[in-house]
Amino acid sequence: MELIYLLFILVLSIFLGFALISRVPPLLHTPLMSEANAICGIIIIGALIAAGAEATSTLTIILGTSAVALATFNVVGGYLVTERMLKMFKKKESA
Amino acid sequence: MNNEFFVNLVYIVSSILFASGLKFLGSPLTARKGNFLSALGMLLAIVATLFSGHLISFQWIILGIVIGTALGAFVAVRAAMTQMPEMIALLHGCGALASVFVDWTAYHVHGAHDLTGAITLYLSIVIGGLTFTGSVIAWGKLSERIPGKPLLFAGQRIVNLGLIISIVVLGIMFLMNPARYDLFLIILGLSLLFGIFLVIPIGGADMPVVISVLNSYSGVVACTTGFVIHNTLLIVVGALVGANGIILSIIMCKAMNRSITNVLFGAFGAVVKKKADGEKKDAKAVSLEDAFLILENAKSAVIVPGYGLAVAQAQHAVRELGELLEKNGCDVKYAIHPVAGRMPGHMNVLLAEANIPYEQLYEMDSINPLMETVDVCMIIGANDVVNPASRHDQSSPIYGMPIINADKAKTVFVLKRSMNTGFAGIENELFYYDNTRMIFGDAKQTVQGLVAEFKNAAK
Repeated sequence: MELIYLLFILVLSIFLGFALISRVPPLLHTPLMSEANAICGIIIIGALIAAGAEATSTLTIILGTSAVALATFNVVGGYLVTERMLKMFKKKESA
Repeated sequence: MNNEFFVNLVYIVSSILFASGLKFLGSPLTARKGNFLSALGMLLAIVATLFSGHLISFQWIILGIVIGTALGAFVAVRAAMTQMPEMIALLHGCGALASVFVDWTAYHVHGAHDLTGAITLYLSIVIGGLTFTGSVIAWGKLSERIPGKPLLFAGQRIVNLGLIISIVVLGIMFLMNPARYDLFLIILGLSLLFGIFLVIPIGGADMPVVISVLNSYSGVVACTTGFVIHNTLLIVVGALVGANGIILSIIMCKAMNRSITNVLFGAFGAVVKKKADGEKKDAKAVSLEDAFLILENAKSAVIVPGYGLAVAQAQHAVRELGELLEKNGCDVKYAIHPVAGRMPGHMNVLLAEANIPYEQLYEMDSINPLMETVDVCMIIGANDVVNPASRHDQSSPIYGMPIINADKAKTVFVLKRSMNTGFAGIENELFYYDNTRMIFGDAKQTVQGLVAEFKNAAK
């Protein structure tokens, strides 16, 4: 049952993704991609569990800590770089 | 009401915030708000997980977060806008590797209990592994640490086929006996190797597709990891990112009139080497002074930027020229082909960086109907995307590719270093048209030269 319920979520989310993203204009495709990178950093919640609850051996400590660092890199880097790009898109100044 | 319930409630709120964030990216006016909402969703999800009660120790988490934040902030603030494609590739790679590590930890600690667990784990490490190394190679190519040309070697297809078969066969063995740790490691190793072989033969101009496909994979990996650790939020977000990558890949492929398989396995630039036959015509060069005189009298101008503009870092000079032209009573537009540059939207970001208002940036489909009324079309560092052969020459490798109809303008200026062919390795017949004038030299210096001419004339 668990699997069916997860697949249910997956299928609906794919449709949601298509509906949302097909509306983004080509103008913003690069920020869209870095935004996607940033939210992909959501893997951090898996990494937190790995580093916080399962880091019991040297291997899992290394894996967990690296996973947290990499995912944080995605989150911080992704959102900052998206913000930097979006800030540059300006309307014409009414001079 | 237990902790689990509360954490899941927060995950729902996060999903809503992520989805709204993407929705607000639909317009440049609301995009920053979208980015903020999305970041807020991420913060909520992290805080909820930290206080979920599942976590026992925090020292490794703190260490990881400190390292990740420092590196992420450093790289994001330092990266120049011309480096965005490689930055994005790097982020794809990091996300995928993080997923692989989470999968690995889950397998190491809990093992794979049933068949569905083993299948999702298998898919997750295969896609995660190849996405990681593939992204690293893409990053290397985009930052020119690895030659951007398609790298081919004898027997490449056989090696690839061998890798695919091994990954599948070992996968079946693993699914039959998920306790085999050795198989897990070998599959992971082969997937990492496969990612390298997958991207290394792909040339620079096909990078928009590669980046989009890797983006899609990075979403798929988040999704499969969600199945491995039974986390709904990972599945939702992975699906959103996966859909994003698929849509962008389709747009990029359409803009090149090629199929995804052709891009990923065709090694376009290396295979297609067609010599231009027929009579040798002469391209007409024009001096800066003459080009200036034509521009001075132009009532409308369209600038077509390409990867060459990014290489020459000419975006600021172009903006200055555009402003001078406007001051001179000329209507200036920028025409952007979907695959101009090295990633989707690459040119838009560069021109936005140079303070060019986004209303002046036109998509291919909206500029083409206007081209016949344009006095001057200036092509800066673009080649294949303006080659009229794609409209009529059925023997051309780019036949059928939608292009910006630069040749329809009354006068066409082509800023180019030399007469070398573009990425597709084909002659551009536009250069020999009667209304085309070549301005040879570095794009930035040429544009700066024109700017100087305008300033002198104003004195």
